[in-house]
Amino acid sequence: MTVPVHLRHDETFVLNLGPQHPATHGVLRVKLTMDGEYIVKAEPVLGYIHRMHEKMAENGTFAQFMPNTARMDYLHALAFNHGWALVVEKAAGIEVPERAEYIRVITVELNRIASHLLWWAAFLLDLGGFTPLLYAFDDREKIIDLLERVTGSRLTYCYLRFGGVYNDIDDEFVAGTRDFIKRLRGRMPRLYHDLVTHNIILIKRIKDIGFVTAEQCRRYGATGPVARGSGIDYDIRKNEPYSVYPEFDFDVPVFTEGDSMARYMVRMHEMEQSMRIIEQALDKLPGGPVMGKAPKVLKPEAGYYYSAVETARGSLGHRLVCNGDKNPYKLKLRSPTFSNLSLFGEVAEGMLLADALAFMGSLDLVIPEIDR
Amino acid sequence: MGLVEQTQAALAELFPEPALPAAPAGEGDQEAPPRQAGVVVTDAARHGSHLDVLCRPDQVVAVARVLDQDGYFLEAISGVDWLDKGQFEVIYDYNRLGDEHCRVTVRALVDRNEPAVPTISGVFPAADWHERETFDFYGIRFQDHPNLIRILLPEDADFHPLRKDYMP
Amino acid sequence: METSIWRALLYLVGILAFAGVNAAWLGWCERKGAARIQRRIGPCEAGFAGLLQPLADGLKLMSKQLLVPQGVDGIIFRVAPVLAMIPAITSMVVIPFSENIGARAMELSVLLLFALASIGMIAILLGGWASGNKYAIISAARSVSQNLAYEIPMLLTVITVVLLSGSMNLREIAIDQQGGFWHWNIFRLENGHFLTMWISFIIFFICSVAETNRAPFDMAEAESELVAGFMTEYSSMGFGLFMMGEYLNIVVGACLTATLFLGGWDCPFGKTPGVWWFVLKIYILIFTFIWIRWTYPRTQIYRLLNLSWKILIPFSLVNLLVTAALIKVF
Repeated sequence: MTVPVHLRHDETFVLNLGPQHPATHGVLRVKLTMDGEYIVKAEPVLGYIHRMHEKMAENGTFAQFMPNTARMDYLHALAFNHGWALVVEKAAGIEVPERAEYIRVITVELNRIASHLLWWAAFLLDLGGFTPLLYAFDDREKIIDLLERVTGSRLTYCYLRFGGVYNDIDDEFVAGTRDFIKRLRGRMPRLYHDLVTHNIILIKRIKDIGFVTAEQCRRYGATGPVARGSGIDYDIRKNEPYSVYPEFDFDVPVFTEGDSMARYMVRMHEMEQSMRIIEQALDKLPGGPVMGKAPKVLKPEAGYYYSAVETARGSLGHRLVCNGDKNPYKLKLRSPTFSNLSLFGEVAEGMLLADALAFMGSLDLVIPEIDR
Repeated sequence: MGLVEQTQAALAELFPEPALPAAPAGEGDQEAPPRQAGVVVTDAARHGSHLDVLCRPDQVVAVARVLDQDGYFLEAISGVDWLDKGQFEVIYDYNRLGDEHCRVTVRALVDRNEPAVPTISGVFPAADWHERETFDFYGIRFQDHPNLIRILLPEDADFHPLRKDYMP
Repeated sequence: METSIWRALLYLVGILAFAGVNAAWLGWCERKGAARIQRRIGPCEAGFAGLLQPLADGLKLMSKQLLVPQGVDGIIFRVAPVLAMIPAITSMVVIPFSENIGARAMELSVLLLFALASIGMIAILLGGWASGNKYAIISAARSVSQNLAYEIPMLLTVITVVLLSGSMNLREIAIDQQGGFWHWNIFRLENGHFLTMWISFIIFFICSVAETNRAPFDMAEAESELVAGFMTEYSSMGFGLFMMGEYLNIVVGACLTATLFLGGWDCPFGKTPGVWWFVLKIYILIFTFIWIRWTYPRTQIYRLLNLSWKILIPFSLVNLLVTAALIKVF
């Protein structure tokens, strides 16, 4: 049903979806040219929450930019922390103690689960199901409480430091994390799958709708669950391992259908894989310090540096150019949803409005990260 | 032959004169000898990319075509303002989706007074938005871009904030 | 039935009170019900268990300015919410609450109810059209196609009931089902009608959910697509009237379902029939409406129309045929 019989380009009207609209989860605006309920042309308009983080990076020192990273992708803030820490450590040659690496992985993966839970909730809200939101928030709250214990904040974390983490984890955190995994594993089949995933209305809404081909992913640079839902087996944690990810046994869920359901299933399976990583990391957690030796004033060698991490939405890249000074000469953030959203216009063409919004929800957009 | 060598060979065909093998990566360093156009292998563990390509602005489309045929995708386009040298640099980051892994950095230097680079949005649609963003922040014109308007800044802005001489 | 001015006044006041109380407090029920389903508490500040919340909401809505956007057809824009409310209240006139409670027992009361329901649809169409808002117009168009599609299977299933009872008078249909749940239309034992009537009941219930624009069929006010649908431009009591009209439609739908299929005021065990059974039945049905709404995600407009044209209408036609055959054979 996604391709109409005949789109009349001469009888269209323009519908401004956003910047204030319940389905855009923030201040995204999509200029839709519509023929009835069919979309003839979709053109995202960005920049409503643009804050010029890249200029802020150039104006401050390396450490001063750390809090900014959490303000972009507020749902998976620790991965943005991690990406920034990695690229600076790479540039400045800072060693990270093993315990800190493990703690980074545990907290980042917990945050990834929280991010996917919130995506799940918001996606169902897009589809008109309100109740799942509160069930997901119930679980997410547990993660946020755990992370608050160690990081000191609940959403915009500034937990990672160059050369380690800010705070050690304690036994209560370890026990709480294990409890949480047990709880989520118990709730997952009944609350998440029986109530929602296997629901006929949901299946009819998102199956065979919003096809993204693997070739489209490549041409538009889509990564993360969007690419993995189109049959591309690409996860930076596996393909270009960083931190201590090679030490854990986990799978990269890949679905070949390329529709919204495939992206949905990728994320649902990723939560389970994240739980596996956390469990293994807790089992193997080594002792030792959580902060390595890092100079007070960082002056990385002049040069070009690139580093990528896998966030909940895809590959986050930091292109860093240093000139030997104590602040970055240039920082470009390659945010995953910026690229993921760029294929929206091509895919949404010919779709019905409601289907296009379901498709948009399945892309998992975080607007501050697109606009930076 | 690994992927890195394969790509290096494919790209090297574009550059008849061989590049200096031991070119230092620190381009911003004033004392370093200027690097010639060409492909060099870089230390991926340190710099995050396997191949470093420096090309003339008119070569970026040809390089993009070669990489497109080899199954690469465009990660990002960034601009750098080298104010002292009177140049802008445009950095294209390419990467592979899939098992074999190779990152390619393509760089092109343009004159700061007349910044113009041909667009690669015809090869990679992903470049559309990235080029608009670079235009937005640096004022680099991407020739033949279908829709080169501001993307993140307001449409009536008359400044390019990431230029080093920009004063708010 | 003799008509006196006192009787008319009594019923006028009674129906207005019943409609008003339901329109206001069903909002509270919905919020409390949703809260229970979602493991929260729901409104609890205003009065005992938040019971005064509807009053607070009503006061707030009334104190707001009724904005009429520039360039809209002001008269139609103002008339539409009233038009949404009036048919719903008028429908109450023909509903038999018990054997002796009921304002009017008209011979063609079923037909009247459906005629009134169509006016409710026109109110949505007018409101959406007059708003001059693209979302509202899309919503109005959706609402019309949805209501047209669902009135057909609904009427076809009602015909099965009419065939069984041999009357279009709601009171007589209810009287026909007295004497315990095995006499109710849905479980009717005699002549094997229970074979088809439960299908009728399910089709009728689905249609009444769709007719009242409730989730999962709330295409007209799909908030994640159309902001607030036809109500986007309405503020103050214009919005309030649409909301109240929606709740009243649910009440009417539940009353109709209870009368047509669940024996009206009859006791399931054939003992003490009375108005309390009727009220109990309609509130169970209303709770089911709320339950469905807070459980399922919304469907799609073309799936909704497909469901009606491709599944419900053929099924109800066959169902009608079988019912007629059963009546003819026995």
